[in-house]
Amino acid sequence: MTEREVVIRLRGIRNQFGRQVVHEDLDLDVYRGEIIGVVGGSGTGKSVLLRTIAGLQKPAAGSVDVLGTDVLNADEDTRQKLENRWGVMFQDGALFSSLTVRENVEVPMRAITGLDPQIRSDLADLKISMVGLQYLAGDKYPSELSGGMRKRAGLARALALDPDIVFLDEPTAGLDPIGAAAFDELIRDLSHSLGLTVFLVTHDLDTLHATCDRIAVLAERKVLVTGSMADMLEVEHPWVHEYFHGPRARAAVPDKPMKGD
Amino acid sequence: MTHDGDSANFSLRLDGDTGTIHLSGALTIRTVTALRSKLSSVDAGTVRSIDLADVTRLDTAGAWALLDFQKDRSADLGSFTGASAEAESLLRTVENALPKREEPPQQDRSFRAWLDRFGRRVFSGVMFMRALTAYLGIFLHRLARAVRHPSEFKLTSLVHHCEEVGLKAVPIVALMAFLIGVVLAFQGSTQLRQFGAEVFVVDLIAISVLRELGILLTAIIVAGRTASAFTAAIGSMKMREEIDAMRTLGLDPGMNLFVPRILALLIMLPILGLIANIAGLFGGALMSWIDLGISPAMFTTRLVEGTAVSHVFVGLLKAPVFAMIIGVVGCHAGMQVQSNAESLGRMTSNAVVTAIFAVIVADAVFSIFFARIGI
Repeated sequence: MTEREVVIRLRGIRNQFGRQVVHEDLDLDVYRGEIIGVVGGSGTGKSVLLRTIAGLQKPAAGSVDVLGTDVLNADEDTRQKLENRWGVMFQDGALFSSLTVRENVEVPMRAITGLDPQIRSDLADLKISMVGLQYLAGDKYPSELSGGMRKRAGLARALALDPDIVFLDEPTAGLDPIGAAAFDELIRDLSHSLGLTVFLVTHDLDTLHATCDRIAVLAERKVLVTGSMADMLEVEHPWVHEYFHGPRARAAVPDKPMKGD
Repeated sequence: MTHDGDSANFSLRLDGDTGTIHLSGALTIRTVTALRSKLSSVDAGTVRSIDLADVTRLDTAGAWALLDFQKDRSADLGSFTGASAEAESLLRTVENALPKREEPPQQDRSFRAWLDRFGRRVFSGVMFMRALTAYLGIFLHRLARAVRHPSEFKLTSLVHHCEEVGLKAVPIVALMAFLIGVVLAFQGSTQLRQFGAEVFVVDLIAISVLRELGILLTAIIVAGRTASAFTAAIGSMKMREEIDAMRTLGLDPGMNLFVPRILALLIMLPILGLIANIAGLFGGALMSWIDLGISPAMFTTRLVEGTAVSHVFVGLLKAPVFAMIIGVVGCHAGMQVQSNAESLGRMTSNAVVTAIFAVIVADAVFSIFFARIGI
């Protein structure tokens, strides 16, 4: 097997709020084309980790390297270029409420100089359709959409510039099981066909099972362990064991996968 | 694959003999505009296939442009050749996702449709008045109930709201009225001096402040401060389903939210009006003394002799009505908030506009009424 390209490299990350240390000496590698799911108990800083990589939260120590760029020390232009190569979907979509869905998806595209407005609008329609929304949803305002549709629209905006990496914060939280399963499938399909690297933070064991190639467990202020679902079932750590062997886990992972799968 | 270097360049070459378009370079969102225009200049009949062997980078925008071109030339155009596995997969994904255009429902522009919309507006206006009346009814009913069952009445809440809408509004109301008094004295003196009738400035200030401006401007300030606060407070409770929770716990929103707020306004607005009257007269007296040399003693004498006390009552009589309007409008708007933040903002500003407008309309009605009965 060839050496895989590392697209996100975290080394020695330390995040703290006041005296409360959330991450200490945290290391993590994310490889190109994989879907990595980050899990952890409440308050273990899953979203903080996502915000750190996306440059929304400055860590107290450590280095963040995304697509070969040092996020923390990059100058304005380099950062701008980098931001065009990743997309973030926030929990409730975080759509701009004064714009229609189509205009929301067009926002990142406005940074491209010389892009014809008609083409921009057509491309936005394409993205809206790719995330499984109806054509007419493009004319609607975020307040007129359901929670699941807002998440899809948020994903369409994150995908507007064909990023290399997308960050998803709790992609299935607040969706009904059918909507959540459809969203899992959407993430999987898009990741495969567009060659996306997906970094998702979730609580949802079904999502982990259905979409993720690799799982990273946050506990004790660092990434305790990474590996496939099968690897997780072997881990002895009490929290990890409880998480992947609890009653809800048994429902999500009906058959214990074969070793070496 | 470097990202920046090749991102701006692609080239298109048409092989006339085989009817093949050779594309090379990056077909991305950065080059899609140029790609589209070059493709559209290619003569339709000559093209047999498109060769993608030299394409270094293809994204959804490039794939879309290619598929769009292919769709237009339909039958005689073969498929793409030389596409890499990823490009193949991307083209397939985009092809499956190509949006089907649907026409949005057309807005009818005929006169009939206009009349229909106009009628609906009028009707919703009438329903709005009806809803406000209903809220006034709820308030009065719950107030009567509170008199019969004093234990259900929240005195702490009332005192709290009296402080919020009354005490905390004193500085701004007093300052506003003081400045109005100053302005009236100054403007009045310049006009009346032409006739040598400076002393009548006292009557001008007294009548206009006591009868109209004191209470009207106080009500407008209170409408801006308090109607918005009522709407925001009740609206955010409505948004977080607290109102529904209250109902399921057997707590009546009318009794617990509306009565203390509107009653607090009913008690405090006349008091604020009185404070405004005093501050207005004080400002007027001060300015008359400085500008016209009318001493405070003379101002007082003139005030007591020349101004009927009925002006004060005419002014203060309006206060409870204004209070009721502001309170009912604020509470009603709060209850109309839906579960999103935009509606909270919209209803809050609606409440302020409606309350101020209604106060001014009520003031005009009062003026006509008092003029007719000759007070």
